[in-house]
Amino acid sequence: MAEIAAARPPLAAVPAFARLRWLAAPLLALAAALAALSFGRYPLPAWETVHFLFAAAGIAPMAPDRYALLHNLIVEIRLPRVLAAILVGASLSVSGAAYQALFRNPLVSPGLLGVLAGASAGAALAIVAGADWLLVQTSAFVMGLAAVGIGVGIAHAFGGGSIIMLILGGILSGALFASLLTIVKYMADPYSQLPSIVYWLMGSLGQANFDDMAWAAIPMALGILLLCLMGRALDALAMGDDEARALGVPVTAVRLVTIAAATLISAMTVSIAGMIGWIGLIVPHIARLLVGPGNARLLPAAASLGAAFLLFADGLARNLSTAELPIGIVTELLGIPVFLIVLHRVRRGWTS
Amino acid sequence: MTLAARDIHFGYRSRPVLAGASLTLAAGELVCLLGCNGAGKSTLLKIMLGLTRPARGEVTVDGAPLAGWSRRELAQIAAYVPQVHVAPFPYTVRQVALMGRLPATGILKAPGAADLARVQRALEHLGIPHLAERPYTEISGGERQLTLIARALAQEARLLVMDEPLAGLDYGNQVRLLERLEGLAAEGYGVLMTTHDPNQPLSGCQRVALLIDGRIAVDGAPGEVLTPTAIERLYGVRVDLLRTADGRGIAFRPMDGVRHAGRSP
Repeated sequence: MAEIAAARPPLAAVPAFARLRWLAAPLLALAAALAALSFGRYPLPAWETVHFLFAAAGIAPMAPDRYALLHNLIVEIRLPRVLAAILVGASLSVSGAAYQALFRNPLVSPGLLGVLAGASAGAALAIVAGADWLLVQTSAFVMGLAAVGIGVGIAHAFGGGSIIMLILGGILSGALFASLLTIVKYMADPYSQLPSIVYWLMGSLGQANFDDMAWAAIPMALGILLLCLMGRALDALAMGDDEARALGVPVTAVRLVTIAAATLISAMTVSIAGMIGWIGLIVPHIARLLVGPGNARLLPAAASLGAAFLLFADGLARNLSTAELPIGIVTELLGIPVFLIVLHRVRRGWTS
Repeated sequence: MTLAARDIHFGYRSRPVLAGASLTLAAGELVCLLGCNGAGKSTLLKIMLGLTRPARGEVTVDGAPLAGWSRRELAQIAAYVPQVHVAPFPYTVRQVALMGRLPATGILKAPGAADLARVQRALEHLGIPHLAERPYTEISGGERQLTLIARALAQEARLLVMDEPLAGLDYGNQVRLLERLEGLAAEGYGVLMTTHDPNQPLSGCQRVALLIDGRIAVDGAPGEVLTPTAIERLYGVRVDLLRTADGRGIAFRPMDGVRHAGRSP
């Protein structure tokens, strides 16, 4: 035990590239965003996209008619969708990583407390009621929050808000809204409304437009930032409530802030893009392989990698065939092999 | 620096666990708390750390009630060393020990060079700097226990409250860790630990407290407290106390036929 006085490598011996590993994820996200702005039915070379961005910033000159064309293509058509992919991918991934620490379980995803089930039921209800797009989004958002509120309420009313009661509360609330969704689907008009519900549930970034993204970007970015700030507290919380409390961490406050922020941004992802599965479960694991389990680094890395992953998946969804694939299907198909690789790599850390 | 619990009452549902327990821990002493399974040892520790609220009774730090201290202040006075467990994520030993700096930095501020140096000193103090970059999930139980104690030292708390620090360790590690705890007490740390082996406090503790029927029935020097009568009262088994030539007790040994005497397990 103690007297094994092995030689210890001094701190300076850690190679420089290992200390810079946290930069990999943001750089990857940046590259993916550049690629997403360039690829499409009218492909641009990446340097031309960069040239346009410099021109838009007023740094480089560009011919006015070329500028107008590229402005239409890059800013009007592609940028809202790229922004949506970044915000949705980052939100789902950072929520998943935060939940995995909060619930001390690496197999947890952002839907654990029922937010996705609630949002789906909300959207389906609005579609059946013949509401317009904005109302569908609002209804998804509000019912996503309501589902988590019910789950957390059950946990506090019956079990003092312990981890296991939160999970059970989430299961109950998720089941409630899943059955509500089934009722709505059953009552929906099978020729017009039912297909809309089904397509919506498969997820798509195609509906993203500038107005939506403008109001969604600020709260989502704030929620992502707030979760990233909880990193050190979540590390302590993952060791156990009593330990975290004995380390001076305000456990209840951290838990409520984390659940509130994760719920808010997850519900917004559903209202923007429908159901996009798997990403909140697997991206945290990829990020953990890259920067280790410490949440202070893991959460920002998960957000960046999630953005890159969804940009990549959306690129496939748009470009694989002439008709666009639902992105939820792409993330699931991509996610399964990725998850198998990750499982193989991290298994030791979980079981010993 | 003294942590004192006075007249603590506590129960789970209708089952009373603690009924008037009083215990103090001062800097510089190693105190062993003995009690049978379910006697409420862990509960008493958690109440003394303010992690569980007693139904009745009061815990004070240097005479001031616990309620008057913030969690962070308290964490810089008394540290909790839980029973060895497995973390759900493979944090490195250094990362676990660095959590001990949370009371000083708060949860939002990143640890600085001084914090890292404090953690390094704690690891060196316990002789485990070579484990610093190993995952906490992949080291032995004894090494995990040392990591948790290093975290408590990094916390810069003078009082260490330990829940069965020796449980699950092999005999060699038990002896070495107990020596280390004695060393910490000699340096001025106050250590309160629970244990199931009445032989352990015979060798090192300054004080032994016996938790029986929800109260600290006896509290004093091991030589006076740990008698065959006390052990029979505590565990319901009859024992002999083996003594040195000058009459000092060194070990308990179950008496013949003990399996048929006392209460059933």
